[in-house]
Amino acid sequence: MTQSLLGPIMFGAMVVFLMIGFPVAFSLAAVGLVFGFVGIELGAFQPAFMQALGARVYGIVSNDLLLAIPFFTFMGAVLERGGLAEDLLDGMGQLFGPVRGGLAYAVIFVGAILGAITGTVAASVIAMGLISMPIMQRYGYDMKLTTGVIAASGTITQLIPPSLVLIVLADQLGRSVGDMYAGAIGPSIVQILLFCGFIAIVSIVKPDWVPALPASARTLSGRQLAIKIVGGMVPSVALIFLVLGTIFLGLATPTEAGAMGAIGAIALSLAHRRMSWAVLWESMESTMRLTAMVVFILIGATVFTLVFRGLDGDLWIESLLTALPGGATGFLIFVCVFVFFLAFFLDFFEIAFIVIPLLAPIAHKLGIDLVWFGVLLCVVMQTSFMHPPFGFALFYLRGIAPPSVKSSDIYWGAFPWVGLQMLMAIIIVLWPELVTFAIDAPPNIDADSITIEVPQMDDNPPSLDEDEPAAQ
Amino acid sequence: MPFLLQISRAIDAFNKVAGIVAALSVFVGCAVSAGNAALRYGFSVSSNAWLEIQWYMFAATVLLGAAYTLAKNEHVRIDIIYGHISMRAQLWIDIAGMALFLLPTCLIIGWVSWPLFTNAYAIGEISSNAGGLIRWPVKLLLPLGFFLLGLQGISEIVKRIAALQGHPELVARYEKPLQ
Repeated sequence: MTQSLLGPIMFGAMVVFLMIGFPVAFSLAAVGLVFGFVGIELGAFQPAFMQALGARVYGIVSNDLLLAIPFFTFMGAVLERGGLAEDLLDGMGQLFGPVRGGLAYAVIFVGAILGAITGTVAASVIAMGLISMPIMQRYGYDMKLTTGVIAASGTITQLIPPSLVLIVLADQLGRSVGDMYAGAIGPSIVQILLFCGFIAIVSIVKPDWVPALPASARTLSGRQLAIKIVGGMVPSVALIFLVLGTIFLGLATPTEAGAMGAIGAIALSLAHRRMSWAVLWESMESTMRLTAMVVFILIGATVFTLVFRGLDGDLWIESLLTALPGGATGFLIFVCVFVFFLAFFLDFFEIAFIVIPLLAPIAHKLGIDLVWFGVLLCVVMQTSFMHPPFGFALFYLRGIAPPSVKSSDIYWGAFPWVGLQMLMAIIIVLWPELVTFAIDAPPNIDADSITIEVPQMDDNPPSLDEDEPAAQ
Repeated sequence: MPFLLQISRAIDAFNKVAGIVAALSVFVGCAVSAGNAALRYGFSVSSNAWLEIQWYMFAATVLLGAAYTLAKNEHVRIDIIYGHISMRAQLWIDIAGMALFLLPTCLIIGWVSWPLFTNAYAIGEISSNAGGLIRWPVKLLLPLGFFLLGLQGISEIVKRIAALQGHPELVARYEKPLQ
């Protein structure tokens, strides 16, 4: 067996072992270690290579940027249990209710706000499905439109800053979080406008699908409504701007902004009398489990990628992808289609930790802007989450929808929104300035948003020196 | 088997304590980070020790929490196949995976990270940042975390063997984590 075959064999082994269904983190690590020993036996690299693993793992747990994972998750967990979604949907629904399609607009805006804060598709879809779906049904909204707008508004969460997804992408792509956020703002706004535009068209073409709330359903008006909206909206919007603003103004690192957001969320819950020791504990505990799970995927993926590069697997992937017809365009089309299908089976973190480290260097070599690349992948993934029959968002919606909602309604309801999301991807491709206009030309000039370079993209095995975290 | 199950219960109980420490670390890290940022811009006070405590806490969350997360069966899987096979088949996949994938991984990474700790301890290594923290405690977390994870793997194997023998209630059901 020649050494050049080891890379492809290792890749194949990874796919097979992941499909068996044992936890991804440990399967990746095990495949990496087995092929590491094979590589040492065949003289592909030195035994010292394996000893560098300890330093690699240490490099992961001392990465200041990854520290944002527990903080943002914690913020989301606290707000989720603090009844934020209820308050928002209630207020927005009352505000937009009198308009045709008003409840649908409310779902879109609340999805955007919730997404900006929590960044998890599941939490948004479930919260909005549980709260909005019964109301929309009661007032005669079309079933397909109801399920479609809820699932779609849940999936846009990943793209809207200050989402955790963008931080992890920034880390994996080696760009600053500030750039990543700035790049995602334009597409986020366009996406929301596209969604609202669709509802506006429906309300003209098919007014009976999206009726206005009858006067009897508008329980609040005037001052009471204002209080409700101010009470529900302003604190959460303030929280978003606290987190985003401190990052953009350079007052805090993304990590610190996440921490302040979490403390702010606790303060909000306290103010709304929804905080208790039980809520605080549940939030900490679920954050801990998610963090350990996600970071262990990264540890497993790091072991895998380290050995894979040692066996020149990265060169093999590169030769495959650069040989595609059409150069950068061919590469992009392939990657988008590939990630689209991959996202049926892998969640965001798996794609970010396993696939993106392999793709990013190639994209960079082809002269593709990595922030733009990351935003495009985000849009492609959210399209996938929405696509029947595998889309995650539809699964979650199915899970909480009453049995009277047919699966076929959920599937057909998703179609126009999948179309809108594909349109979004096309807009980003045809109009890259939408992403890049907000980014300063030389990357990493903002001292407070420096990416901490984990030796993630090195072509060489790491030395035995340990990586000290960069001082801030 | 009763003896093995006793060991398994002891491991579970111990890793639950580690899990509690890991969960508390989330909050402590968060409070320190937010407080540190506020103090830096409010009063221009800053210290590297406080900056470093944040990621010490992060390391504790990840490394001490991994075993507890395994006990709760919350490490994410690709369940295209796993989700559609019988429970016995799932139990066998888990037993084989723990024995062939998890335990060797813990052993090897625990092994290669041990010298990081002993070296740091021997020379009393301190952060190169001014006022930084002593390094060996966080480096001890690496071998410790993988040791606990390996222990939990043994406990999970025992519970799954018991499940095959008619005690399925011992094993936490797998549900795809929300994302």
